[in-house]
Amino acid sequence: MQRGLAWWGPSPAAQLGLILATIGLVWWFGRNTLDTMADAGINPGFAFLSRSANFEIGEAIIPYSSADTYGRAILVGLLNTVRVAVLGCILATLLGVALAVARLSGNLLLGGLVRWYVEIIRNTPLLLQLFFWTALTHAFPPPRQALSLFSSVYLSNRGIFVPGLIVESVPAGASFALVVVALVAAVGLAVLRRTGKVTAAGVIATALTLLVASGAGLLLVGATVRLELPTLSGFNIRGGYSLSPEFAALLIGLTVKFSAAISEIVRAGVESVDRGQWEAARALGLRNGQILRLIILPQALRVITPLITSSFLDLTKDSSLAVAIGYPDLVNIINTTANTTGQALEALAILIGVYLALNLSVSAVMNQYNRRVALRGAGRR
Amino acid sequence: MSARGRFFVRGLMANQARWRKGLFGTWLNSVVTIATVVLLAAIVPPFVRWAVLDATWVGTAADCKAGTGACWAFIGAKLNFILYAFYPPPLHWRPVLVTLMLGGLLLLTAHPRAWRAATLLLWVLVPIASWLLLAGTVVGPTVPSNQWGGIPITLLVAMVCFSLAIPIAILLALARQSSMGGLRTLAIVFIEVMRGTPMVAILYVAMLILPMMIPGGQLIDKLGRAMILITLFWSAYVAEVVRAGLQAIPAGQYEAARALGLGYWRIMRFVVLPQALRLVIPALVNLAIGFLLATSLLATIGVFDLLNAAKTAAIDPNWLGFYDEAYLVAASIYFAICVIGSRYSLWLEQRLRQPR
Amino acid sequence: MTIKSRRHSATSTTLLRVTTGALLALALVAAPAATQAGEDLDAIVARGVIKVGVGSQPGFFAPDENGVWKGFFIDFGRALAVTVFNDPEKVEFTSSSPQQRLPALQAGEFDILLSGVTQTISRSFQLGFHFGPTIFYDGQGLLVRKDIGVTSGADLDGATIGVQSGTTGELNIADFFRKNGKTFTPVTIEDTNEFLAALESGRVDAITQDASDLGIKQTQLANPEDYILLPERLSKEPLAPAIRHGDDRWLEIVNWTVWATIEAEELGITQANVDDFLTSEDPLVQRFLGTDTALGEAIGLDPKFAYNIIKAVGNYGEIFERNVGKDSIFKWDRGFNSLWTDGGLLYAPAWR
Repeated sequence: MQRGLAWWGPSPAAQLGLILATIGLVWWFGRNTLDTMADAGINPGFAFLSRSANFEIGEAIIPYSSADTYGRAILVGLLNTVRVAVLGCILATLLGVALAVARLSGNLLLGGLVRWYVEIIRNTPLLLQLFFWTALTHAFPPPRQALSLFSSVYLSNRGIFVPGLIVESVPAGASFALVVVALVAAVGLAVLRRTGKVTAAGVIATALTLLVASGAGLLLVGATVRLELPTLSGFNIRGGYSLSPEFAALLIGLTVKFSAAISEIVRAGVESVDRGQWEAARALGLRNGQILRLIILPQALRVITPLITSSFLDLTKDSSLAVAIGYPDLVNIINTTANTTGQALEALAILIGVYLALNLSVSAVMNQYNRRVALRGAGRR
Repeated sequence: MSARGRFFVRGLMANQARWRKGLFGTWLNSVVTIATVVLLAAIVPPFVRWAVLDATWVGTAADCKAGTGACWAFIGAKLNFILYAFYPPPLHWRPVLVTLMLGGLLLLTAHPRAWRAATLLLWVLVPIASWLLLAGTVVGPTVPSNQWGGIPITLLVAMVCFSLAIPIAILLALARQSSMGGLRTLAIVFIEVMRGTPMVAILYVAMLILPMMIPGGQLIDKLGRAMILITLFWSAYVAEVVRAGLQAIPAGQYEAARALGLGYWRIMRFVVLPQALRLVIPALVNLAIGFLLATSLLATIGVFDLLNAAKTAAIDPNWLGFYDEAYLVAASIYFAICVIGSRYSLWLEQRLRQPR
Repeated sequence: MTIKSRRHSATSTTLLRVTTGALLALALVAAPAATQAGEDLDAIVARGVIKVGVGSQPGFFAPDENGVWKGFFIDFGRALAVTVFNDPEKVEFTSSSPQQRLPALQAGEFDILLSGVTQTISRSFQLGFHFGPTIFYDGQGLLVRKDIGVTSGADLDGATIGVQSGTTGELNIADFFRKNGKTFTPVTIEDTNEFLAALESGRVDAITQDASDLGIKQTQLANPEDYILLPERLSKEPLAPAIRHGDDRWLEIVNWTVWATIEAEELGITQANVDDFLTSEDPLVQRFLGTDTALGEAIGLDPKFAYNIIKAVGNYGEIFERNVGKDSIFKWDRGFNSLWTDGGLLYAPAWR
């Protein structure tokens, strides 16, 4: 009880009043909204999620057709958002680190070039860059005149097409078993690595062995694997893997924009470590790679991680700009849903809820990592 | 040779040595330099050819389509549209005047010597005057806000929302730092929800939900509604910056102030906030630059800000498809404003670091 | 928490109290925001101008060089302004993309949508819209590139098709392919002009939209002869004025304004000869033009509102021919949009 009171601090009654007043205000907003909806003859609620959506979606990771429900359509949009956000985070980090290395390389020309790149990218709106990339992808020739490399990679205004590995006739049991094996292996290896029972090399070796073994297992139970080349058939190029122009534009735009921010973060992180440490480590006879890996990075990561976390969160949120260039992300689908059902309130509630959940989970994962980095740094000190 | 001349030559030679080392210091460095030169050679000449040598400077869309370079004739024809969008052409002096007023206010405020109460008053008066001028309330004819657009809208939204967000943000930051648990929780929930939501979603709420939430909400036009929610949205971000400033003030100052018998608000008003805000001004300038770029998202709810106006200019059926030129012009304007802003922020940081 | 409490234990609660009070006051005035009948019309009259949401398409709705809105739907907006204010200028047109127009009407941004909205049952019940009389009967078509060698929609199996988000076209095309057991890849585009650009650049094989729209769009393409509007119609597209539920009188004003233009055509009254009819002995004409004021007084409108409309914008036939028919660059036939007496679907209820 005493701790509870301590939490409230001075004037708990006034605070309670404020909280109640806020709830009252929210309640008042909600009631007005419901009244307005009732006047318009709209039934509030989420029943529409199980109704048939009746619109097609350009690209989907899971099977989807216009006969499916709004709920599934929204899931397709969510997965599209997650896909572009995850790939964007990975690629932006890779490019950002490469840019930081280029900037730190000491080469004046390259360093200057990267500085200009960063300045231009950071000081123009992301949406403008997305419009630019979209215009660029649309400027490629139509599929029949597509630019091709070795007749296997095609660039056209319908997208980028590359050869793909197609695995067919996998028995349902086998794919389930595969997922279980992968999960068990991942958890097991993580635990073993955490407790220091295996080395990093051991983890990689085990994973590779398992991968090869499961591949062989699949072939044994009758699965077939073939390499599929994209070819022009009918109206479009088909086969292999493809990136739609809108997806490509969004991915490139997010990668480029956030690589600039990340390169600055990495640079600042590395420069935050005192130069004297390089000299001291060199005096101890360590090689440059060793110094970077063992001494500089563990310290720099402590500065870098929280900043990169917020970059990742920003990237995830900014992927919502997809709506402006026609990539069917969550916002796009929510928009269409609100439009055809009239349930704008519910649709936007789903949108905001999902982004909050995405954000909180990304920061939870990164905080976990951050804690590890910080602890390790502290342990070594 | 004069002493000054000798100094110059020595500086040049030192520079030369620096460049030689920076470009060809090691064999790896030389390889990188050559590779960069090759890269530049692949990018720069075609760009110059497109932008300058092969460009069409005057003429019609047909002349441009016939050429292979950039179509600056398009910019010539549509520049007024890009800058002021659908604002009626005979009344263009109004957005010009508004742009000058807002820009002048920014320049005035830039100098620390102008940081006084009178300037604060200007920040209240100038945006109101701009709004009335654009609307034509005082001197007719009136122009509804759905016809406003271009650079005045970008500046107006960025400046008004940012300046209104600051006082809200200070209260939020104080609440988040407060020892009152209930108040703190409210502030945390508000800040985290705002920061976890994309701005696009906030704009949709302004467009679709806000009119339903408040009786008579549809009386506020779309731009006004968007500005209300953008202000609240930005205040969460500003609050986190202000909080960083508050955390940097040593606890001893509070204790000293309290020992003098000052109450909470006096401590904040005269001791803590002046120092904390001073610390975070450069960070606030950087945040403001980000916000200026973010105003381009207004395009998603159909407001014709600078970027949307540029895009719309390129989909005019008479000049269809000159996206690159339109985006280049818009990008240059954003770039110029933001680079000036970030240089200013660096200058300010140095200046503020000097002891007074 | 120790730092916090040390710092702020002397927290003053003045501001807290003020905020709480203000919020409580706000919550207490929480009178339900019930809409009263007549709210929309009252708001229009108080404001002195009708807010009309339109699209952007030459012929239907587009500003001319001087920024004056012109077009088929625009003229009906002006007719409404005549009915309410007896002034065709007391109307404010705002262009809204198909994706934003319906929520914007719901949100009260417009008093009426004249942007070629298709009347559908779900829009009536789910979105809460009332529709006035259909002012343009249309059907969804497909505009394709000739070089892909397609003669009917069924040949488009596997094609990439541009659809405009927020239109019934987005839903109809999905139905069409589902019905025929075929597939297609949609490319959803919001902006009308970009929609056209996608077809021109070959990003899509075909675009689908109301056939009238596509007819106009075809004329805007660089080489219109490279494209063909397929003859089949995928759907019925009755384009009608849309308003929010809740104001019956406003709905009736919309209804009878449209019907006045149709009735005038049936009676042979045009912008040019309307004054000659003022001396007509026909009791129907007298009621219609308000020379007999009894009807107008009974219904509470200006008895001469129909006269004013015809004087300002003309009858339905004149509006059609001037904007999209034989007096325009589009040269469309009246088709379904003829009077019922000519085998069309236009039919005004009785003026009595």
